[in-house]
Amino acid sequence: MAELGPVLEVLLGGLMSGVLYALVALGFVLIFKASGVFNFAQGAMVLFAALSLVRLAEWLPFPIAFLVTIIIMIAVAWAIERLVLRPLVGQHGLILFMATIGVTFFLDGFGQTIWGSNVYQLDLGIPASPWFLLESVFPGGLLVSPIDVFAAVIAGALVIALSIFFHSTKIGRALRAVADDHQAAQSVGIPLNRIWLIVWSTAGIVALVAGMAWGSKLGVQFSLSLVALKALPVLILGGLTSIPGAIVGGLVVGAGEKLAEFYIGPAIGGGIEYWFAYVLALAVLLVRPQGLFGEKIIERV
Amino acid sequence: MLATAPPRPAPPATPQRRRAIGEVLLAVENISLRFGGVRALTDVSFDIRKGEIRAIIGPNGAGKSSMLNVINGFYHPQEGRIVWKGRVLPRMRPHEAAAGGIARTFQNIALFKGMSTLDNIMTGRILKMRASFIEQALWIGRGRSEELRERAFVERLLDFLEITHIRHTPVGKLPYGLQKRVELARALAMEPELLLLDEPMAGMNLEEKEDMCRFILDVNEEFGTTVALIEHDMSVVMDISDRVVVLDYGKLLADGTPDQVRNDPAVIAAYLGVAHG
Repeated sequence: MAELGPVLEVLLGGLMSGVLYALVALGFVLIFKASGVFNFAQGAMVLFAALSLVRLAEWLPFPIAFLVTIIIMIAVAWAIERLVLRPLVGQHGLILFMATIGVTFFLDGFGQTIWGSNVYQLDLGIPASPWFLLESVFPGGLLVSPIDVFAAVIAGALVIALSIFFHSTKIGRALRAVADDHQAAQSVGIPLNRIWLIVWSTAGIVALVAGMAWGSKLGVQFSLSLVALKALPVLILGGLTSIPGAIVGGLVVGAGEKLAEFYIGPAIGGGIEYWFAYVLALAVLLVRPQGLFGEKIIERV
Repeated sequence: MLATAPPRPAPPATPQRRRAIGEVLLAVENISLRFGGVRALTDVSFDIRKGEIRAIIGPNGAGKSSMLNVINGFYHPQEGRIVWKGRVLPRMRPHEAAAGGIARTFQNIALFKGMSTLDNIMTGRILKMRASFIEQALWIGRGRSEELRERAFVERLLDFLEITHIRHTPVGKLPYGLQKRVELARALAMEPELLLLDEPMAGMNLEEKEDMCRFILDVNEEFGTTVALIEHDMSVVMDISDRVVVLDYGKLLADGTPDQVRNDPAVIAAYLGVAHG
Protein backbone atom coordinates (compact mmCIF):
# COMPACT_ATOMS: atom_id res chain seq x y z
CA MET A 1 0.00 0.00 0.00
CA ALA A 2 2.82 2.32 0.80
CA GLU A 3 4.20 2.15 -2.75
CA LEU A 4 0.78 2.70 -4.29
CA GLY A 5 0.25 6.04 -2.54
CA PRO A 6 2.72 8.12 -4.56
CA VAL A 7 1.63 6.53 -7.85
CA LEU A 8 -2.01 7.31 -7.15
CA GLU A 9 -1.08 10.84 -6.23
CA VAL A 10 0.84 11.31 -9.47
CA LEU A 11 -2.01 9.77 -11.44
CA LEU A 12 -4.58 11.96 -9.77
CA GLY A 13 -2.49 15.08 -10.32
CA GLY A 14 -2.04 14.07 -13.95
CA LEU A 15 -5.73 13.49 -14.52
CA MET A 16 -6.53 16.87 -12.99
CA SER A 17 -4.09 18.74 -15.19
CA GLY A 18 -5.47 16.69 -18.06
CA VAL A 19 -8.84 18.24 -17.39
CA LEU A 20 -7.26 21.64 -17.84
CA TYR A 21 -5.86 20.61 -21.23
CA ALA A 22 -9.25 19.23 -22.10
CA LEU A 23 -10.91 22.56 -21.35
CA VAL A 24 -8.75 24.25 -23.96
CA ALA A 25 -9.19 21.39 -26.44
CA LEU A 26 -12.95 21.65 -26.03
CA GLY A 27 -12.93 25.11 -27.59
CA PHE A 28 -11.08 23.79 -30.63
CA VAL A 29 -13.47 20.88 -31.02
CA LEU A 30 -16.55 23.10 -30.84
CA ILE A 31 -15.41 25.31 -33.66
CA PHE A 32 -14.00 22.52 -35.76
CA LYS A 33 -17.11 20.43 -35.36
CA ALA A 34 -19.45 23.21 -36.33
CA SER A 35 -17.56 25.10 -38.98
CA GLY A 36 -14.74 22.87 -40.10
CA VAL A 37 -12.28 25.60 -39.15
CA PHE A 38 -9.23 24.73 -37.14
CA ASN A 39 -9.18 27.78 -34.90
CA PHE A 40 -5.59 28.50 -34.04
CA ALA A 41 -6.80 31.53 -32.06
CA GLN A 42 -8.35 29.43 -29.29
CA GLY A 43 -5.31 29.99 -27.05
CA ALA A 44 -5.41 33.71 -27.71
CA MET A 45 -9.10 33.68 -26.82
CA VAL A 46 -8.24 31.98 -23.52
CA LEU A 47 -5.73 34.72 -22.75
CA PHE A 48 -8.03 37.51 -23.88
CA ALA A 49 -10.94 36.21 -21.79
CA ALA A 50 -8.81 35.73 -18.69
CA LEU A 51 -7.22 39.19 -19.05
CA SER A 52 -10.60 40.85 -19.50
CA LEU A 53 -12.01 39.08 -16.47
CA VAL A 54 -9.10 39.77 -14.16
CA ARG A 55 -8.87 43.46 -15.04
CA LEU A 56 -12.62 44.03 -14.92
CA ALA A 57 -12.78 42.27 -11.56
CA GLU A 58 -10.44 44.93 -10.18
CA TRP A 59 -13.21 47.50 -10.21
CA LEU A 60 -16.40 45.48 -10.62
CA PRO A 61 -17.89 42.82 -8.34
CA PHE A 62 -16.76 39.41 -9.60
CA PRO A 63 -20.14 38.12 -10.89
CA ILE A 64 -20.67 41.31 -12.88
CA ALA A 65 -17.12 41.20 -14.25
CA PHE A 66 -17.83 37.60 -15.27
CA LEU A 67 -21.01 38.59 -17.12
CA VAL A 68 -19.33 41.54 -18.81
CA THR A 69 -16.52 39.22 -19.95
CA ILE A 70 -19.07 36.87 -21.47
CA ILE A 71 -20.54 39.81 -23.37
CA ILE A 72 -17.05 40.79 -24.52
CA MET A 73 -16.40 37.25 -25.77
CA ILE A 74 -19.67 37.30 -27.70
CA ALA A 75 -18.62 40.63 -29.22
CA VAL A 76 -15.28 39.09 -30.20
CA ALA A 77 -17.14 36.18 -31.81
CA TRP A 78 -19.36 38.61 -33.68
CA ALA A 79 -16.37 40.58 -34.94
CA ILE A 80 -14.55 37.44 -36.08
CA GLU A 81 -17.66 36.22 -37.91
CA ARG A 82 -18.27 39.57 -39.58
CA LEU A 83 -14.72 40.59 -40.44
CA VAL A 84 -12.89 37.31 -40.98
CA LEU A 85 -15.23 34.40 -41.69
CA ARG A 86 -17.94 36.03 -43.75
CA PRO A 87 -15.61 37.32 -46.46
CA LEU A 88 -14.02 33.85 -46.62
CA VAL A 89 -17.19 31.72 -46.93
CA GLY A 90 -16.58 28.68 -49.10
CA GLN A 91 -12.81 29.03 -49.05
CA HIS A 92 -10.53 26.11 -48.41
CA GLY A 93 -9.99 25.07 -44.78
CA LEU A 94 -6.33 25.99 -44.93
CA ILE A 95 -7.18 29.58 -45.80
CA LEU A 96 -9.53 29.83 -42.85
CA PHE A 97 -6.82 28.32 -40.66
CA MET A 98 -4.37 31.00 -41.81
CA ALA A 99 -6.96 33.63 -41.05
CA THR A 100 -7.25 32.37 -37.48
CA ILE A 101 -3.47 32.71 -37.11
CA GLY A 102 -3.99 36.36 -37.96
CA VAL A 103 -6.73 36.55 -35.36
CA THR A 104 -4.30 35.03 -32.82
CA PHE A 105 -1.75 37.81 -33.32
CA PHE A 106 -4.42 40.45 -33.20
CA LEU A 107 -6.06 39.15 -30.01
CA ASP A 108 -2.72 38.67 -28.23
CA GLY A 109 -1.63 42.19 -29.07
CA PHE A 110 -5.00 43.88 -28.63
CA GLY A 111 -5.64 42.19 -25.28
CA GLN A 112 -2.32 43.23 -23.83
CA THR A 113 -2.65 46.74 -25.25
CA ILE A 114 -5.95 47.47 -23.56
CA TRP A 115 -5.60 45.31 -20.44
CA GLY A 116 -1.84 45.49 -19.82
CA SER A 117 0.86 42.85 -19.99
CA ASN A 118 1.80 42.21 -16.37
CA VAL A 119 1.12 39.01 -14.52
CA TYR A 120 -2.23 39.37 -12.78
CA GLN A 121 -3.38 37.19 -9.94
CA LEU A 122 -6.82 35.71 -10.42
CA ASP A 123 -8.44 34.80 -7.13
CA LEU A 124 -11.53 32.67 -7.49
CA GLY A 125 -11.96 32.34 -3.75
CA ILE A 126 -10.86 28.71 -3.83
CA PRO A 127 -8.44 27.74 -1.08
CA ALA A 128 -4.92 27.45 -2.40
CA SER A 129 -3.72 25.00 0.22
CA PRO A 130 -4.00 21.40 -0.96
CA TRP A 131 -6.37 18.82 0.41
CA PHE A 132 -5.14 15.52 1.75
CA LEU A 133 -7.48 12.66 0.89
CA LEU A 134 -7.68 9.14 2.31
CA GLU A 135 -5.18 9.82 5.05
CA SER A 136 -6.28 6.65 6.80
CA VAL A 137 -5.33 4.49 3.80
CA PHE A 138 -2.09 6.09 2.67
CA PRO A 139 0.54 7.57 4.91
CA GLY A 140 0.28 11.34 4.52
CA GLY A 141 -2.81 10.99 2.35
CA LEU A 142 -3.17 11.93 -1.32
CA LEU A 143 -2.38 15.52 -2.12
CA VAL A 144 -5.05 17.16 -4.30
CA SER A 145 -5.29 20.80 -5.37
CA PRO A 146 -8.77 22.29 -4.83
CA ILE A 147 -8.46 24.38 -7.97
CA ASP A 148 -7.97 21.20 -10.00
CA VAL A 149 -11.05 19.66 -8.46
CA PHE A 150 -12.98 22.82 -9.26
CA ALA A 151 -11.78 22.70 -12.88
CA ALA A 152 -12.72 19.05 -13.17
CA VAL A 153 -16.25 19.67 -11.94
CA ILE A 154 -16.74 22.62 -14.30
CA ALA A 155 -15.32 20.66 -17.23
CA GLY A 156 -17.65 17.77 -16.51
CA ALA A 157 -20.67 20.06 -16.39
CA LEU A 158 -19.61 21.77 -19.63
CA VAL A 159 -19.22 18.46 -21.45
CA ILE A 160 -22.64 17.25 -20.38
CA ALA A 161 -24.27 20.54 -21.36
CA LEU A 162 -22.51 20.66 -24.73
CA SER A 163 -23.30 17.04 -25.52
CA ILE A 164 -27.00 17.65 -24.92
CA PHE A 165 -26.75 20.83 -26.95
CA PHE A 166 -25.19 19.05 -29.93
CA HIS A 167 -27.32 15.94 -29.91
CA SER A 168 -30.81 16.92 -28.98
CA THR A 169 -31.49 20.45 -30.09
CA LYS A 170 -32.20 21.70 -33.56
CA ILE A 171 -29.34 24.19 -33.22
CA GLY A 172 -27.08 21.23 -32.48
CA ARG A 173 -28.33 19.42 -35.57
CA ALA A 174 -27.85 22.59 -37.57
CA LEU A 175 -24.30 22.91 -36.24
CA ARG A 176 -23.42 19.41 -37.34
CA ALA A 177 -24.97 20.07 -40.72
CA VAL A 178 -22.96 23.26 -41.19
CA ALA A 179 -19.80 21.40 -40.24
CA ASP A 180 -20.42 18.81 -42.94
CA ASP A 181 -21.42 21.01 -45.85
CA HIS A 182 -21.90 24.76 -45.93
CA GLN A 183 -23.90 24.89 -49.14
CA ALA A 184 -26.22 22.05 -48.29
CA ALA A 185 -26.84 23.51 -44.84
CA GLN A 186 -27.84 26.83 -46.37
CA SER A 187 -30.09 25.10 -48.85
CA VAL A 188 -32.20 23.57 -46.07
CA GLY A 189 -32.63 26.98 -44.48
CA ILE A 190 -29.82 27.12 -41.94
CA PRO A 191 -28.41 30.64 -41.71
CA LEU A 192 -24.67 30.13 -41.78
CA ASN A 193 -23.79 33.43 -40.17
CA ARG A 194 -26.02 32.98 -37.14
CA ILE A 195 -24.70 29.47 -36.58
CA TRP A 196 -21.11 30.70 -36.70
CA LEU A 197 -21.90 33.44 -34.24
CA ILE A 198 -23.39 30.88 -31.83
CA VAL A 199 -20.42 28.53 -32.14
CA TRP A 200 -17.75 31.18 -31.75
CA SER A 201 -19.59 32.67 -28.80
CA THR A 202 -19.79 29.25 -27.16
CA ALA A 203 -16.10 28.70 -27.85
CA GLY A 204 -15.44 32.13 -26.33
CA ILE A 205 -17.26 31.16 -23.16
CA VAL A 206 -15.39 27.85 -23.01
CA ALA A 207 -12.18 29.89 -23.44
CA LEU A 208 -13.23 32.04 -20.50
CA VAL A 209 -13.71 28.98 -18.28
CA ALA A 210 -10.36 27.58 -19.40
CA GLY A 211 -8.77 30.97 -18.80
CA MET A 212 -10.16 31.09 -15.27
CA ALA A 213 -8.87 27.64 -14.41
CA TRP A 214 -5.42 28.19 -15.94
CA GLY A 215 -5.21 31.81 -14.82
CA SER A 216 -5.86 30.99 -11.20
CA LYS A 217 -3.12 28.36 -11.38
CA LEU A 218 -0.41 30.19 -13.34
CA GLY A 219 -1.49 33.81 -13.01
CA VAL A 220 -3.00 35.63 -15.94
CA GLN A 221 -0.17 36.36 -18.34
CA PHE A 222 0.93 35.93 -21.94
CA SER A 223 1.98 32.31 -21.48
CA LEU A 224 -1.74 31.39 -21.17
CA SER A 225 -1.92 31.86 -24.91
CA LEU A 226 0.57 29.03 -25.29
CA VAL A 227 -1.47 26.42 -23.42
CA ALA A 228 -3.20 26.01 -26.76
CA LEU A 229 -0.09 24.18 -27.94
CA LYS A 230 -0.63 21.59 -25.22
CA ALA A 231 -4.19 21.14 -26.50
CA LEU A 232 -2.97 20.02 -29.93
CA PRO A 233 -1.84 16.53 -28.90
CA VAL A 234 -5.04 16.23 -26.90
CA LEU A 235 -7.02 16.96 -30.06
CA ILE A 236 -5.10 14.45 -32.13
CA LEU A 237 -5.61 11.84 -29.46
CA GLY A 238 -9.30 12.46 -28.93
CA GLY A 239 -10.27 13.30 -32.47
CA LEU A 240 -11.01 16.78 -33.75
CA THR A 241 -14.76 16.32 -33.78
CA SER A 242 -15.52 14.60 -30.51
CA ILE A 243 -16.42 16.43 -27.32
CA PRO A 244 -15.98 13.37 -25.10
CA GLY A 245 -12.80 12.72 -27.09
CA ALA A 246 -11.38 16.06 -25.99
CA ILE A 247 -11.95 15.11 -22.38
CA VAL A 248 -10.58 11.59 -22.65
CA GLY A 249 -7.63 12.87 -24.71
CA GLY A 250 -6.91 15.46 -22.05
CA LEU A 251 -7.00 12.87 -19.29
CA VAL A 252 -4.73 10.48 -21.20
CA VAL A 253 -2.21 13.20 -21.97
CA GLY A 254 -2.30 14.61 -18.43
CA ALA A 255 -1.97 11.25 -16.69
CA GLY A 256 0.44 9.89 -19.26
CA GLU A 257 2.97 12.68 -19.01
CA LYS A 258 2.94 12.69 -15.21
CA LEU A 259 3.31 8.92 -14.99
CA ALA A 260 6.07 8.93 -17.62
CA GLU A 261 7.87 11.58 -15.60
CA PHE A 262 7.47 9.45 -12.47
CA TYR A 263 8.60 6.16 -13.94
CA ILE A 264 10.99 7.01 -16.78
CA GLY A 265 11.98 10.51 -15.66
CA PRO A 266 14.68 9.51 -13.17
CA ALA A 267 16.34 7.25 -15.75
CA ILE A 268 16.73 9.84 -18.48
CA GLY A 269 17.01 12.97 -16.45
CA GLY A 270 13.47 14.35 -16.43
CA GLY A 271 11.82 16.91 -18.67
CA ILE A 272 9.53 14.28 -20.12
CA GLU A 273 6.46 16.44 -19.57
CA TYR A 274 7.61 18.78 -22.33
CA TRP A 275 7.58 16.26 -25.13
CA PHE A 276 5.63 13.22 -23.98
CA ALA A 277 2.26 14.46 -25.25
CA TYR A 278 3.60 15.11 -28.75
CA VAL A 279 5.19 11.70 -29.05
CA LEU A 280 1.96 10.10 -27.87
CA ALA A 281 0.01 12.09 -30.45
CA LEU A 282 2.40 11.02 -33.18
CA ALA A 283 1.96 7.38 -32.22
CA VAL A 284 -1.83 7.75 -32.34
CA LEU A 285 -1.66 9.43 -35.73
CA LEU A 286 0.15 6.41 -37.13
CA VAL A 287 -2.49 3.98 -35.95
CA ARG A 288 -5.72 5.97 -35.95
CA PRO A 289 -5.48 9.17 -38.00
CA GLN A 290 -9.00 10.20 -36.97
CA GLY A 291 -8.13 9.98 -33.25
CA LEU A 292 -9.69 7.74 -30.64
CA PHE A 293 -13.18 9.16 -30.96
CA GLY A 294 -13.11 11.15 -34.18
CA GLU A 295 -15.59 10.51 -36.94
CA LYS A 296 -14.17 7.97 -39.31
CA ILE A 297 -13.11 9.66 -42.48
CA ILE A 298 -15.36 8.09 -45.05
CA GLU A 299 -14.37 8.35 -48.62
CA ARG A 300 -15.80 6.37 -51.48
CA VAL A 301 -13.47 6.05 -54.37
CA MET B 1 -25.86 -7.94 -67.94
CA LEU B 2 -27.55 -6.20 -70.83
CA ALA B 3 -29.94 -9.05 -71.40
CA THR B 4 -31.28 -8.98 -67.85
CA ALA B 5 -31.83 -5.21 -67.79
CA PRO B 6 -35.54 -4.57 -67.41
CA PRO B 7 -37.21 -3.06 -70.42
CA ARG B 8 -37.89 0.65 -70.26
CA PRO B 9 -41.37 1.29 -68.98
CA ALA B 10 -43.76 2.92 -71.34
CA PRO B 11 -43.52 6.70 -71.15
CA PRO B 12 -45.71 8.05 -68.39
CA ALA B 13 -49.12 8.94 -69.62
CA THR B 14 -48.48 12.61 -70.05
CA PRO B 15 -51.96 13.49 -71.28
CA GLN B 16 -53.42 12.46 -67.92
CA ARG B 17 -50.94 14.66 -66.16
CA ARG B 18 -51.99 17.76 -68.01
CA ARG B 19 -54.14 19.00 -65.21
CA ALA B 20 -53.16 21.23 -62.38
CA ILE B 21 -50.69 23.45 -64.20
CA GLY B 22 -51.60 26.86 -62.93
CA GLU B 23 -50.35 30.40 -62.72
CA VAL B 24 -46.74 31.48 -62.83
CA LEU B 25 -44.96 30.49 -59.62
CA LEU B 26 -41.55 31.86 -60.44
CA ALA B 27 -40.33 34.05 -63.24
CA VAL B 28 -36.76 34.96 -64.02
CA GLU B 29 -36.60 38.15 -66.03
CA ASN B 30 -33.61 39.27 -68.09
CA ILE B 31 -31.07 37.60 -65.83
CA SER B 32 -27.42 38.31 -66.57
CA LEU B 33 -24.69 36.83 -64.44
CA ARG B 34 -20.96 37.43 -64.85
CA PHE B 35 -17.92 36.12 -63.03
CA GLY B 36 -15.26 38.69 -63.78
CA GLY B 37 -15.12 38.72 -67.55
CA VAL B 38 -16.92 35.41 -68.01
CA ARG B 39 -20.57 35.65 -68.93
CA ALA B 40 -22.36 32.74 -67.30
CA LEU B 41 -25.86 33.94 -68.18
CA THR B 42 -26.94 36.62 -70.60
CA ASP B 43 -30.42 38.11 -70.57
CA VAL B 44 -32.27 34.90 -69.74
CA SER B 45 -36.01 35.00 -69.12
CA PHE B 46 -38.48 32.18 -68.56
CA ASP B 47 -41.12 31.19 -66.08
CA ILE B 48 -42.08 28.16 -64.03
CA ARG B 49 -45.77 27.47 -63.55
CA LYS B 50 -47.35 26.00 -60.49
CA GLY B 51 -47.60 22.22 -60.64
CA GLU B 52 -45.46 21.63 -63.69
CA ILE B 53 -42.24 19.75 -64.23
CA ARG B 54 -39.92 22.14 -65.95
CA ALA B 55 -36.65 20.95 -67.44
CA ILE B 56 -33.60 23.09 -68.07
CA ILE B 57 -31.31 21.50 -70.62
CA GLY B 58 -28.28 22.50 -72.60
CA PRO B 59 -24.75 21.41 -73.43
CA ASN B 60 -22.02 21.50 -70.78
CA GLY B 61 -21.21 25.02 -69.63
CA ALA B 62 -24.52 26.37 -70.88
CA GLY B 63 -25.26 28.00 -67.54
CA LYS B 64 -27.85 25.53 -66.23
CA SER B 65 -26.40 25.15 -62.75
CA SER B 66 -25.72 28.88 -62.58
CA MET B 67 -29.42 29.43 -63.26
CA LEU B 68 -30.41 27.18 -60.33
CA ASN B 69 -27.89 28.93 -58.13
CA VAL B 70 -29.42 32.27 -59.05
CA ILE B 71 -32.91 31.02 -58.24
CA ASN B 72 -31.99 29.81 -54.77
CA GLY B 73 -29.72 32.71 -53.92
CA PHE B 74 -26.21 31.24 -54.10
CA TYR B 75 -25.43 33.67 -56.91
CA HIS B 76 -26.70 37.17 -57.32
CA PRO B 77 -27.14 38.26 -60.93
CA GLN B 78 -25.78 41.63 -62.03
CA GLU B 79 -28.92 42.31 -64.00
CA GLY B 80 -32.48 41.11 -64.06
CA ARG B 81 -34.94 40.15 -61.40
CA ILE B 82 -36.71 37.16 -59.96
CA VAL B 83 -40.45 37.23 -59.36
CA TRP B 84 -41.63 34.66 -56.83
CA LYS B 85 -45.38 34.24 -56.44
CA GLY B 86 -46.00 37.64 -57.99
CA ARG B 87 -43.54 39.52 -55.80
CA VAL B 88 -40.12 40.73 -56.89
CA LEU B 89 -37.58 39.06 -54.64
CA PRO B 90 -34.93 41.27 -53.11
CA ARG B 91 -31.34 40.02 -53.14
CA MET B 92 -31.78 36.97 -51.01
CA ARG B 93 -29.51 34.44 -49.43
CA PRO B 94 -29.93 30.67 -49.77
CA HIS B 95 -31.44 30.16 -46.32
CA GLU B 96 -34.01 32.83 -47.10
CA ALA B 97 -34.92 31.05 -50.32
CA ALA B 98 -35.37 27.88 -48.25
CA ALA B 99 -37.64 29.69 -45.82
CA GLY B 100 -39.59 31.03 -48.79
CA GLY B 101 -40.35 27.51 -50.05
CA ILE B 102 -37.53 26.71 -52.49
CA ALA B 103 -35.64 23.46 -51.90
CA ARG B 104 -32.91 21.94 -54.00
CA THR B 105 -30.48 19.12 -54.59
CA PHE B 106 -26.96 19.41 -55.93
CA GLN B 107 -25.13 18.09 -58.94
CA ASN B 108 -22.35 16.61 -56.82
CA ILE B 109 -24.53 15.42 -53.92
CA ALA B 110 -24.22 17.70 -50.91
CA LEU B 111 -25.24 15.52 -47.98
CA PHE B 112 -24.06 15.65 -44.40
CA LYS B 113 -21.80 12.65 -44.79
CA GLY B 114 -21.13 11.94 -41.14
CA MET B 115 -24.80 11.93 -40.22
CA SER B 116 -27.33 9.12 -40.63
CA THR B 117 -29.97 9.11 -43.34
CA LEU B 118 -32.56 10.00 -40.72
CA ASP B 119 -30.57 12.93 -39.34
CA ASN B 120 -29.88 14.21 -42.83
CA ILE B 121 -33.56 14.27 -43.64
CA MET B 122 -34.41 15.75 -40.25
CA THR B 123 -32.29 18.80 -41.14
CA GLY B 124 -34.91 19.47 -43.78
CA ARG B 125 -37.42 19.92 -40.94
CA ILE B 126 -35.35 22.50 -39.06
CA LEU B 127 -37.43 25.38 -40.35
CA LYS B 128 -40.61 23.67 -39.12
CA MET B 129 -39.39 23.32 -35.56
CA ARG B 130 -40.47 26.03 -33.19
CA ALA B 131 -39.79 24.69 -29.70
CA SER B 132 -37.40 26.69 -27.57
CA PHE B 133 -33.86 25.66 -26.97
CA ILE B 134 -34.56 24.68 -23.35
CA GLU B 135 -37.58 22.55 -24.28
CA GLN B 136 -35.49 20.66 -26.82
CA ALA B 137 -32.47 20.23 -24.59
CA LEU B 138 -34.55 18.91 -21.70
CA TRP B 139 -36.91 16.93 -23.95
CA ILE B 140 -40.00 18.49 -22.38
CA GLY B 141 -43.16 20.19 -23.61
CA ARG B 142 -43.08 21.20 -27.24
CA GLY B 143 -39.51 19.98 -27.56
CA ARG B 144 -40.65 16.39 -27.16
CA SER B 145 -43.92 16.51 -29.07
CA GLU B 146 -42.33 18.35 -31.97
CA GLU B 147 -39.41 15.97 -32.33
CA LEU B 148 -41.82 13.02 -32.36
CA ARG B 149 -44.11 14.71 -34.89
CA GLU B 150 -41.23 15.58 -37.24
CA ARG B 151 -39.75 12.14 -36.84
CA ALA B 152 -43.07 10.64 -37.91
CA PHE B 153 -43.14 12.93 -40.93
CA VAL B 154 -39.65 11.84 -41.93
CA GLU B 155 -40.62 8.18 -41.51
CA ARG B 156 -43.41 8.67 -44.06
CA LEU B 157 -40.87 10.19 -46.44
CA LEU B 158 -38.47 7.28 -45.94
CA ASP B 159 -41.34 4.98 -46.75
CA PHE B 160 -42.35 6.98 -49.81
CA LEU B 161 -38.83 6.91 -51.24
CA GLU B 162 -38.27 3.29 -50.22
CA ILE B 163 -35.24 3.95 -48.07
CA THR B 164 -36.51 2.77 -44.67
CA HIS B 165 -33.81 0.07 -44.56
CA ILE B 166 -30.98 2.63 -44.51
CA ARG B 167 -32.56 4.82 -41.81
CA HIS B 168 -29.57 4.63 -39.47
CA THR B 169 -26.75 4.26 -41.99
CA PRO B 170 -24.26 7.13 -42.20
CA VAL B 171 -24.91 8.50 -45.67
CA GLY B 172 -21.22 8.56 -46.56
CA LYS B 173 -21.36 4.77 -46.68
CA LEU B 174 -24.30 4.56 -49.07
CA PRO B 175 -23.93 3.84 -52.76
CA TYR B 176 -24.30 6.78 -55.09
CA GLY B 177 -27.84 6.11 -56.23
CA LEU B 178 -29.16 5.91 -52.68
CA GLN B 179 -27.31 9.09 -51.70
CA LYS B 180 -29.14 10.87 -54.49
CA ARG B 181 -32.39 9.56 -53.09
CA VAL B 182 -31.55 10.70 -49.54
CA GLU B 183 -30.75 14.12 -50.92
CA LEU B 184 -34.15 14.20 -52.61
CA ALA B 185 -35.76 13.14 -49.32
CA ARG B 186 -34.04 15.97 -47.47
CA ALA B 187 -35.29 18.50 -50.00
CA LEU B 188 -38.82 17.05 -49.80
CA ALA B 189 -38.73 17.21 -46.00
CA MET B 190 -38.84 20.97 -46.40
CA GLU B 191 -42.27 20.61 -48.06
CA PRO B 192 -41.15 23.02 -50.75
CA GLU B 193 -43.39 24.74 -53.24
CA LEU B 194 -40.59 24.65 -55.77
CA LEU B 195 -38.11 21.80 -55.94
CA LEU B 196 -34.89 22.40 -57.87
CA LEU B 197 -33.06 19.25 -58.95
CA ASP B 198 -29.57 19.57 -60.39
CA GLU B 199 -28.98 16.47 -62.51
CA PRO B 200 -30.96 14.09 -60.32
CA MET B 201 -30.06 11.13 -62.52
CA ALA B 202 -26.44 11.84 -63.35
CA GLY B 203 -24.22 8.82 -62.92
CA MET B 204 -27.09 6.42 -62.31
CA ASN B 205 -27.69 3.11 -64.00
CA LEU B 206 -30.86 2.50 -65.95
CA GLU B 207 -32.78 0.96 -63.08
CA GLU B 208 -31.86 3.78 -60.70
CA LYS B 209 -32.85 6.31 -63.33
CA GLU B 210 -36.25 4.73 -63.72
CA ASP B 211 -36.77 4.74 -59.96
CA MET B 212 -35.79 8.38 -59.77
CA CYS B 213 -38.13 9.30 -62.64
CA ARG B 214 -40.96 7.56 -60.88
CA PHE B 215 -40.23 9.40 -57.63
CA ILE B 216 -40.13 12.77 -59.35
CA LEU B 217 -43.43 12.11 -61.07
CA ASP B 218 -44.97 10.84 -57.82
CA VAL B 219 -43.79 13.88 -55.90
CA ASN B 220 -45.23 16.12 -58.55
CA GLU B 221 -48.55 14.32 -58.66
CA GLU B 222 -49.12 13.42 -55.02
CA PHE B 223 -47.79 16.53 -53.34
CA GLY B 224 -48.40 18.94 -56.20
CA THR B 225 -44.80 20.09 -55.91
CA THR B 226 -43.53 22.17 -58.77
CA VAL B 227 -40.27 20.75 -60.07
CA ALA B 228 -37.50 22.40 -62.05
CA LEU B 229 -34.77 20.01 -63.07
CA ILE B 230 -31.55 20.00 -64.98
CA GLU B 231 -30.91 16.80 -66.85
CA HIS B 232 -28.62 15.51 -69.55
CA ASP B 233 -30.51 12.36 -70.45
CA MET B 234 -32.75 13.61 -73.22
CA SER B 235 -35.12 10.66 -73.16
CA VAL B 236 -35.76 11.31 -69.46
CA VAL B 237 -36.35 14.99 -70.07
CA MET B 238 -38.74 14.36 -72.93
CA ASP B 239 -40.61 11.72 -70.91
CA ILE B 240 -41.29 13.53 -67.71
CA SER B 241 -41.25 17.26 -68.29
CA ASP B 242 -44.13 19.49 -69.25
CA ARG B 243 -42.01 22.27 -70.66
CA VAL B 244 -38.35 22.57 -71.48
CA VAL B 245 -35.96 25.54 -71.43
CA VAL B 246 -32.84 25.17 -73.55
CA LEU B 247 -29.75 27.20 -72.66
CA ASP B 248 -26.61 27.46 -74.74
CA TYR B 249 -23.56 29.58 -73.90
CA GLY B 250 -25.59 31.30 -71.20
CA LYS B 251 -28.33 32.39 -73.56
CA LEU B 252 -31.88 31.19 -73.95
CA LEU B 253 -32.00 29.05 -77.06
CA ALA B 254 -35.53 27.66 -76.95
CA ASP B 255 -38.49 27.34 -74.62
CA GLY B 256 -41.52 25.13 -75.12
CA THR B 257 -43.04 21.68 -74.82
CA PRO B 258 -40.75 18.69 -75.36
CA ASP B 259 -42.10 18.27 -78.88
CA GLN B 260 -41.54 21.89 -79.80
CA VAL B 261 -38.02 21.86 -78.41
CA ARG B 262 -37.14 18.56 -80.01
CA ASN B 263 -37.96 19.90 -83.44
CA ASP B 264 -36.37 23.31 -82.98
CA PRO B 265 -33.58 23.70 -85.56
CA ALA B 266 -31.47 25.81 -83.19
CA VAL B 267 -31.64 23.09 -80.54
CA ILE B 268 -30.77 20.38 -83.01
CA ALA B 269 -27.81 22.43 -84.15
CA ALA B 270 -26.58 23.02 -80.60
CA TYR B 271 -26.84 19.36 -79.68
CA LEU B 272 -25.75 17.68 -82.85
CA GLY B 273 -23.60 20.38 -84.37
CA VAL B 274 -24.41 22.01 -87.68
CA ALA B 275 -23.25 20.34 -90.84
CA HIS B 276 -20.46 22.50 -92.18
CA GLY B 277 -19.67 22.88 -95.81
